[in-house]
Amino acid sequence: MRFSRVPFAIAALFWAVFSIKATGAGSDVGYEVEAQRQFGTPNPASVELQILSTTDTALLAPLIESFLQSHSDVVIDYSELSSAELMKAVLSQDTTSSDGFDLAISSAMDLQVKLANDGFTRKHSSGVRALMPGWSNWRDHVFAFSQEPATILLSRAAFADLPQPKSRQNLIELMRRHPDRFRGRIGTYDAGTSGLGYLFATQDARSSDSFWRLMELFGSLDLRLYCCSGAMIEDVASGKLVMAYNVLGSYAQARRDLVEKILILEPEDYTNMMLRSAVILKTSSEPDLAGLFVDHLLEAAWGDDADDLTSGYPFRHYPVRSSGESAPYRPIQLGPGLMVYLDRLKRAKFLREWHSTVEQN
Amino acid sequence: MRFLLVEDNASLATAVLDRLRLDGHVVDHAGDVETAEGFAATMDYDLILLDIMLPDGDGRDFLKRHRARQEKTPVIVLTARSEVSDRVGVLDLGADDYITKPFDFSELEARCRAVLRRHGGNGSNQKRFGDLLFDPMGGTLTLGTKTTSLRNKELRLLEIFLASPEQIHSKTKLVDRLFSYDEDVSENAIEVYVARLRKHLAGSCVSILTVRGLGYRVSQE
Amino acid sequence: MSPAPNPAPQRPGAAAKTPGRLRSSGSLRRRLALQLVGSAAILASVLFFAVLGFARDLSQRSHDSILFASATSILDSVTVQGGEVTLDIPYAALSMLGNISDDRVFYRVTLDDTLLTGYPDLPVQATPPKGVPITDRRQGEPSFLTTRYRDSSLRMVTLSRLMALQEGAREISISVAQTRDGQAAELAALTRSALQLGVGFFLISALLALWTAQWSIRPLDVLTGVVSRRGPKDLRPVRHAVPTEMLPLVHSLNRFIERLRISLTRSEDFIAEAAHRVRTPLATVRTQAEITLRRVDKPENRTSLREMIRAIDESSRAAGQLLDHAMVTFRTDSLERKPVELSALVAELVDRLRPVAELKDIDLCCHTRNVPALPGDAILIQNAVRNILDNAIKYSAAESRVDVTVHQTALDAVVTVTDAAGGFPDPDTTALTERFVRGSNSVGTIGSGLGLTIAREVAEAHGGQLDISPSDTGAGACVSLAFPLQ
Repeated sequence: MRFSRVPFAIAALFWAVFSIKATGAGSDVGYEVEAQRQFGTPNPASVELQILSTTDTALLAPLIESFLQSHSDVVIDYSELSSAELMKAVLSQDTTSSDGFDLAISSAMDLQVKLANDGFTRKHSSGVRALMPGWSNWRDHVFAFSQEPATILLSRAAFADLPQPKSRQNLIELMRRHPDRFRGRIGTYDAGTSGLGYLFATQDARSSDSFWRLMELFGSLDLRLYCCSGAMIEDVASGKLVMAYNVLGSYAQARRDLVEKILILEPEDYTNMMLRSAVILKTSSEPDLAGLFVDHLLEAAWGDDADDLTSGYPFRHYPVRSSGESAPYRPIQLGPGLMVYLDRLKRAKFLREWHSTVEQN
Repeated sequence: MRFLLVEDNASLATAVLDRLRLDGHVVDHAGDVETAEGFAATMDYDLILLDIMLPDGDGRDFLKRHRARQEKTPVIVLTARSEVSDRVGVLDLGADDYITKPFDFSELEARCRAVLRRHGGNGSNQKRFGDLLFDPMGGTLTLGTKTTSLRNKELRLLEIFLASPEQIHSKTKLVDRLFSYDEDVSENAIEVYVARLRKHLAGSCVSILTVRGLGYRVSQE
Repeated sequence: MSPAPNPAPQRPGAAAKTPGRLRSSGSLRRRLALQLVGSAAILASVLFFAVLGFARDLSQRSHDSILFASATSILDSVTVQGGEVTLDIPYAALSMLGNISDDRVFYRVTLDDTLLTGYPDLPVQATPPKGVPITDRRQGEPSFLTTRYRDSSLRMVTLSRLMALQEGAREISISVAQTRDGQAAELAALTRSALQLGVGFFLISALLALWTAQWSIRPLDVLTGVVSRRGPKDLRPVRHAVPTEMLPLVHSLNRFIERLRISLTRSEDFIAEAAHRVRTPLATVRTQAEITLRRVDKPENRTSLREMIRAIDESSRAAGQLLDHAMVTFRTDSLERKPVELSALVAELVDRLRPVAELKDIDLCCHTRNVPALPGDAILIQNAVRNILDNAIKYSAAESRVDVTVHQTALDAVVTVTDAAGGFPDPDTTALTERFVRGSNSVGTIGSGLGLTIAREVAEAHGGQLDISPSDTGAGACVSLAFPLQ
């Protein structure tokens, strides 16, 4: 993920989301694609599936390849872009045509829900539905195919002589006891610029009262803000940071090379789980094929006998539980509630508060 | 013999009485149930002839009481009805026989005889005449040690002769009494039966004599 | 008894005499069942629509109340900060809508006509007419609207409140809307349930209706059974307990039976009375004629008297046979069958006629074998046999012989009477059994000719037959009466 390359104000986008109908679908809102790759060998009989995704091409590539093994005459056009650009790309399409993008895969759960809510997606009755937990599917429009924890990254070197924290409470105590060791060496997402950071922050704020205390403490210890997980992982590994908060666990786990240097902490009090999801777009020219691809993702994620080596599923499998149970893993709920934080006024108010808390100097 | 006739129709009763008395029977006549009860209580009868429809009650009631008193006297019911149901009724109540009006007198006689015979009769009905012992009930004639069964017409003919011996019976009268009126017989038919009787009486002191031009007469030597 | 008005199939004889087919005006049971089932159908549909309406209303109301709660929670978050109207939509405001169904959610917040946040193109609630003072609007009262938006049916609630701002009172208006797919699915499920309920109700009601119809009609069936099981001579009134509604019918039936009984009794009495009235005077005249005959000697007088007695006998016999015939006709109309011991019956009859036979010195020989009891009317059979025997005795010569036998063939019990009376001239043996026909040999013998007719009618009423043939010796006739054993 390269949230860092999305430096413009996402707030503007939200306004666009709401006003797209009002200003007219024909307005040429350009969007920026970071990378594009074609999977499969095209031939005259081949069918093309156009996927918009916020996920690193390399991460999903094995999963895509395994799909193509059983669908040899399919060509997949994979465009990688930021969640905001993805939104723009979808909104820029003529919703009445049916030769646009087929699928949108994104980690921005709130935007995915909004796409579905506002009628840009298509219903898909998945044959895999029986295997999926109820919370991983919204309206048969939004299908989650991963659980990725918001983790706390610790530098093994910095914590060599400290007891290993298990929860946010432990962290708060440690920071209070050793403020000097942490000062200027704590990092987290800039909720104002990072969509994922905003999602994690708002869910934290909803989940726990300790969030604001933690932020206040961070602020007093000269919190450093990041655009994306990658940079935080690098800085923790290099020792520039002692700790990075709300780092996407799946990315940290993927860095096997840094296993000696970083410690991935899934807090015991609660760990928010981001759900990466796919929607089939209304503009899809191949909805059935898109559905098959979604089923392929879901089978890899939720199937009983999923074989990650064969399928190329890149994410960790977490126990599937209903969200109601008091477990440390809390999958963020897909649903209209997520749209609350997309509200212009709500967002402005939240960010105002957040900034005033973390930026005390 | 002694008869009790219970019949309310006066002219029929008179006719029957005349007819029975003509044959030498003693007959009492009752016109209603009450009178009949009175006679039956005071006299012993050989036979009761009972009409069903009576002015003061039903003959069947009389019959019922009669049998209830353990009276053995046989009863022949005279009925105008021909229905068997009536017959069954009266026979069940203890009547010995019944006869439908109007009746042929010879049939009545025959039925009376049959009923009395069934009741075993009594010795007093046997008649001795000369060296003959005549049992009209049993229909037998005994001469010395020899007993002969008589046929019906022979028996009746002998009965007529013995009822008034020494009297001359014209052939005409004999035909009247011996044959029913639907039988077309000539007076000569009588001669056949007389001849048969004479055969039975052979060797007896009793004989049937022919009175030329007049008829027959029984005489005892 | 007259032919039964209800079908009595167990008696072929009686059934054949059923008068013209009764016209049916339809089945009472079916009519009752149809009416009840019809009512059940109407009730079931009323129930279906009532439940459906109720469910729809309830579902709509619960949906509305959640929309209202959502809008209220948004309205509650509206604050004025530094003269600016702002709001902080609670997470629950939208998530509560997500909890009841996976439906799409839209909202809009406006201050007067300015959009604060949300979907600007959401349909607008009809505004109150211009000129109505804003303070008169019912504040906080939700107004609901069902409309279409983005290709979906939408239920929307709008709440308004007046905010006191520096520049004056301004109206903040909150609309929350949700698509109705979940509600539609829920309604579809409810409709299925209501339909099942309705159909179930109908089926149970229909079964109950059929049972009720059956049960209500049962007293009629029972009464029918009671009446049709009766023997033809059973003229007792119906005493069977029946429902009140049927009492008038049974009363009428009983009155009818009573009239029938009286009329029948009268007929029987009439026959008896007629016999009595005719025969008693005849008996008187006959007896007196006989007595007179014994007293007169003149041949011409005697001949007259004999003629007179014969005439009397013929009248009496004719009267007897006419009465017999009337009785036979009367009884065969509704034949009452009871087991009849034919051998005993014939033996008894022979015993009774023996004194009459003896008058002519006729030998009456009776040979009976035991035959099984046959179903029939003893009185009729006796009458038939008596008439034949009577004839045989009347026409036989003195000192001849009459043979009576009872024996059994494959299907019948047969009574034969063989005489030596010269027989019937061959050609007209069947005609002999017609009324008032006498054999040509019967000249001088009293008889009306009805005897054979009576015997034939009795035999035929029992399903049997009368046969006349020359006797084996050819000296007389052999009359046989056959009665089926079954």
